[in-house]
Amino acid sequence: MAWTSRNISDRMAISNRTIVGLKVLVHAACLAPVAWLLWRMVENNLGPDPTATVTFFTGRGTLRLLVLSLAITPVRRLIPQLAWIIRFRRMLGLYAFFYGCLHLLTYVGLYAGFSVAAMIDDITRRRFIVAGLVSWLLMLPLALTSTTWSIRKLGKNWARLHRLAYLSAFAGLTHYWWGVKQGVLTPVPITIVFWMLMLARPLTSWWSKRRTVRAAS
Amino acid sequence: MLIRKSPEILYSEVTPKADYLDRRKFMKGAMATGLLASSVAGVSRLIDPGTEVFADTKLSTVKSPLSTTGEDLTSYQDITHYNNFYEFGTDKGDPARNAGSLKTRPWVVSIEGLVNKPQKIDIDSLMKLHPLEERVYRFRCVEAWSMVIPWVGYSLSELIKQVDPKPEAKYVQFLSLADPSQMPQMRESSISWPYSEGLRMDEAMHPLTLLTFGLYGETLPNQDGAPVRIIVPWKYGFKSAKSIVKIKFVAKQPETTWNDLASNEYGFYSNVNPNVDHPRWSQKTERRIGASLFKQRRTTLMFNGYGDQVASLYNGMDLKKYF
Ligand code: HEM
Repeated sequence: MAWTSRNISDRMAISNRTIVGLKVLVHAACLAPVAWLLWRMVENNLGPDPTATVTFFTGRGTLRLLVLSLAITPVRRLIPQLAWIIRFRRMLGLYAFFYGCLHLLTYVGLYAGFSVAAMIDDITRRRFIVAGLVSWLLMLPLALTSTTWSIRKLGKNWARLHRLAYLSAFAGLTHYWWGVKQGVLTPVPITIVFWMLMLARPLTSWWSKRRTVRAAS
Repeated sequence: MLIRKSPEILYSEVTPKADYLDRRKFMKGAMATGLLASSVAGVSRLIDPGTEVFADTKLSTVKSPLSTTGEDLTSYQDITHYNNFYEFGTDKGDPARNAGSLKTRPWVVSIEGLVNKPQKIDIDSLMKLHPLEERVYRFRCVEAWSMVIPWVGYSLSELIKQVDPKPEAKYVQFLSLADPSQMPQMRESSISWPYSEGLRMDEAMHPLTLLTFGLYGETLPNQDGAPVRIIVPWKYGFKSAKSIVKIKFVAKQPETTWNDLASNEYGFYSNVNPNVDHPRWSQKTERRIGASLFKQRRTTLMFNGYGDQVASLYNGMDLKKYF
C-alpha cells in the first residue's frame, strides 16, 4: 500500500527540505483557525451565539480535514507527480482527530454541562449524537495506530484498518445531515466531495493499474 | 438629549448602558438624516462598523403592563444579525445580508376566510388601527436559543375584533410573502413556500399574541419580518410568522410549514415546553444570545415563562401528545 512505497518520493523532484517547509505550512494552516477561535473567545467576540460558533466551527473543521485526508490517495493515483503528498496524510488525519476532540469537548462542556446523565440521555435518545460519537470512535483507533511503529507492526492490516476513515467520514456526514433542519442544504457541498472520493477510489485504482500495465509492456 | 427625554423611548430604561450609548450614536445619525419624520424610507444606517439594517422609522409607543420585566434586553445588533428567515437564506447571518431587497411599501395585508368583514388593509392603516405598545418578551427558538426583545405592536385580538370572525372560524392562518424576485434565496432550500403558520382562535385572541410592527421603538428591520409579523411569546419562534401578507380565518387546523416538513419535530402547538425534547436536542435548557461562552446556558421555562397567563388555554390537554 501507499505507505510502503517510500521510493516514490525519491522519484519525484521534491526535496526533503521542501516537504519540511510545506509541513510547517500545513501545521500553521491547521492551527491558525484554532488560535483565532481562542483569540475570539478571550476577546468575547464569538458572535451572537458563541456556543454554536465554537461547535459548528470545530465540527465542520473535523469533517473537512477528514475528507481532505481521504482525497490524498485518489489524487496521487490520478497525478503521479503528486505522489509525495502521501506524506501529509497522517498529519491531516491527526488534525481531523484533534478538531474532533475539540468538538467533543464543546459538546461535553457547553451542551451537556459535564453532566453524565445528560450525555447518556442524549446518546440513548438522539441518533444524531450517536452518529457523531460513532464517527469520533472510528477515528480513535486510527489516531492510536498512526505511529510509524504501528504501521510497521500491523503491516497489511494497517491499511485495512485505516479504511475505517471512510466509515468515520460517512458517520460524520450522517451526523451533519441529521443535525441540520429539514430544508437546510449546507451539508451538500461536503457530501458531494465525499461521494466523489468514494467513486474515485475504485476508478483511480483501475486507472493506476492500467498505467502500470502499459508502462510494463 | 431630546431622544433620551422623550417618554416613548422605553427600552432605554432597560438597555445595558454600553448598547444604549451605541444606540444614541446612531440615533443621532438617524436624526441627521431626518428619519424622525414619519415617512417610511428604506434608508440604511450604520449600527456597527460594517453592518447595516434596512429599517428605521421611529414609532411612538405606550408602555404595556404585559411587558416582561427583570431581563436584560438582547442588543439591537444581535436581534438584527442572528435571524432565521429562510426566504433570505438559511445561515443566521443571511437575512441581515440579503433582506435589503424586500420592499415593504406598498404593502397590503389581506384578511379573508370565515369573517364577516373580509378586507385588504394597507400597512399604514393597519399600524393605526390601535395605539402601538412596547412589549418586552422573551423569544425562545426551537433550536434552543433565546433572546429578550422589546417589540412594538398591539394585540392581534384588536384586529380580529374589527374583522368579525364567523362562529365557524376555529383557526387563524398566517401567510408570509413569497416573492422570489425580492427573496432570491427562497430557491436555495427545499421548503415549499409561502411560509405558513397558524393558531387556534383562542390563542390568536389571547392578549399576549402581538401583531408586531417594530422593535426597539422603530419599525421592524426587514430581516426581522418587516413590515408586519406575529409574535406569540409562549411558543417557539417559528410559530411567529414574518412579513405577513394574508391572514385567513379557517375552520380546520391549517397546514403549517415546519409541521408539514417534519411533524415529529415541530408540532402544531409548539408551546415552549422543557419537558418535551426535540428529537435532536433537549429543550430543558437554552442558550441566551449575546451572553458570553460560559454563561449562555439557562433553564427553559414552561410556556417560556408565560404560564400564568396562558396555561389555562390548554387545560386538560396532554401537552406531550399535542406538543
Ligand atoms: C463525539 C461525538 C460528537 C458529538 C457529541 C457531537 C455533537 C454535536 C453537536 C451538539 C452539534 C451541534 C448541533 C446543533 O446545535 O445544531 C454538532 C454539530 C456538528 N458536528 Fe458534531 N458531534 C460529535 C462528533 C462529530 C464528528 C466526529 C464530526 C465530523 C466528522 C462532527 C461534525 C459536526 C458538524 C459538521 C456539525 C454541524 C455544524 C454546522 O451545522 O455547521 N461531529 N455536533
